Amino acid sequence: MQPTGGRTVDLAAMRARYPGAFGGTARRAAAAAIAGALVALVLFGFWRLEFSPARLIDGVANLGVFLELMVPPHPGSAARALIYLHALGETVAIALLGTFSAAILALPLGLLAAHNVVANRIVHILSRRCLDAIRGVDTLIWALIWINVVGLGPFAGALAIMTSEFGTFGKLFSEAIEAADRRPGEGVLAAGADPLQRVRFGILPQVMPVMLSQVLYYFESNTRSATIIGIVGAGGIGLHLAEQIRTLEWHQAAFIVLMILAAVTAIDFASGKLRFAIIGRRPVALA
Amino acid sequence: MAAGVRRLPEERLAPLLRAYDRTIRAKRAQAALLLACMAIAVLVSARMAEIDPARLAANIDRFGSFFARIMRLEDGRPVWTDVAEWFWGARRWLVLLADTLLIAYVGTALGAVAGFAAAFLAAANVAPHPVVCFAVRRVLEFCRTVPELVFALIFVVAFGLSPVPGVLAIAIHTAGALGKQFYEVVENIDMRPVDGVSAAGATWTQTMRFAAVPQVMSNLVSYTLLRFEINVRGASVMGFVGAGGIGQDLVEAIRKFYYADVSALLLLIIATVMLIDLGTEKLRHRLLHLQEAR
Repeated sequence: MQPTGGRTVDLAAMRARYPGAFGGTARRAAAAAIAGALVALVLFGFWRLEFSPARLIDGVANLGVFLELMVPPHPGSAARALIYLHALGETVAIALLGTFSAAILALPLGLLAAHNVVANRIVHILSRRCLDAIRGVDTLIWALIWINVVGLGPFAGALAIMTSEFGTFGKLFSEAIEAADRRPGEGVLAAGADPLQRVRFGILPQVMPVMLSQVLYYFESNTRSATIIGIVGAGGIGLHLAEQIRTLEWHQAAFIVLMILAAVTAIDFASGKLRFAIIGRRPVALA
Repeated sequence: MAAGVRRLPEERLAPLLRAYDRTIRAKRAQAALLLACMAIAVLVSARMAEIDPARLAANIDRFGSFFARIMRLEDGRPVWTDVAEWFWGARRWLVLLADTLLIAYVGTALGAVAGFAAAFLAAANVAPHPVVCFAVRRVLEFCRTVPELVFALIFVVAFGLSPVPGVLAIAIHTAGALGKQFYEVVENIDMRPVDGVSAAGATWTQTMRFAAVPQVMSNLVSYTLLRFEINVRGASVMGFVGAGGIGQDLVEAIRKFYYADVSALLLLIIATVMLIDLGTEKLRHRLLHLQEAR
């Protein structure tokens, strides 16, 4: 581009003067190589995972038909609507119980796994690895395992959410505790407190609001997990949804999806308001 | 240090103590109210979810024995005594595991590209038009709120049993989740470069390219890596609904009581997730350093 006013710019001189602004060619080449490799991997994935134009076109056409059949969303009958409503309530109940019990169980473990509370490397590493292993297993897999223990039904679902969120909360809590300012704790110790009192009066007051907001945030995300947990028979609305989709009852499937959307949005709104009341508009450290 | 702490005279101390008591009492009352609300919610939920501690207590040994059982081969020997027998299907499983990773990767890549494009349209500070901003946000919300397995269920019917529905389901959910995180990042950028570039006569696309993208790129990559890790876990259960990956074999092993296979598959999945976890964490830390160095 030619500057319209002022002195004309000698491009070569500028290039010599500010090499950084024009970008090293080596860096550019490296960035291009990385981007090329990433795209190549995606293309390989398309081939390996059986993406074909015919399949995509057919699929999208099918989706179009399904969408048409979904309008208007309809539960079928008032009795079915009641069944779905009950299942939705069950879903929220599963999420609530799973989340809260996981938080209560994870609190002591979070303390154990935080190096500023328990200064023992072995305890620290062991508890961290255990939490990682628990988190590595998806909620649905936990649901299958708990079904073996307490049988089919929402109880297994609540236990599954509890187990997998126990891993998440343990990690989040221990990180929150490690991020706490250590000076209040030192002050409490200097005033003659024992280590337990240090945790109670020096650390917990700092981290409690953070943890509460994390729990609230996960309550919403667990409501979503709880909606699909029914697919393996662990209670909630997922069972009905899977059934309606498999039998191609699109009116009812759409109705259930809308119900889920409404419930999740309502919980999101409520938990957002509560979080705001607790910690203000601070972002929550997650995952 | 002062040798003795001076005590305030009683008449001045009393109102201070009273005020202190009042604040503490108000706080306690608030906490008690919150606890009471939570207790009621928990009790109602427990009724709805058919919680039965007695049943749990009576059968809790099955939880332990399940794990004891999956650590034994068909003939009762502990699995680690015959690793070849334990991982008899290793060749097939490793291929399935690679497929699972690929599903997560392609899904994350597609979703991240979509989320990236959407973020600049949905960020209030740079959106070309408020209506566009509003509309894109609602779409992202929809993509994020519907669980990916629900998309997978519907797509399996539309696209047939194969990894394709799994990839698409993950891509859509990722677009929604990342799109939101991305536009929040974009909303926090320094607006001066944007003003400068657009004052120099750049179009909207050029402004985004030269003023906004350089500010947000490292954050965006960091979020994408985190999401990839989440998606690996998600892809491991896509097989539950017939959408490809290792989940199919796992659910079969659990349902048909091939105990040793369950432990082998779980171990593979956990190890993979942990490795990915470590790898992405390393990468993200390096990115953060890069960002701080600038």
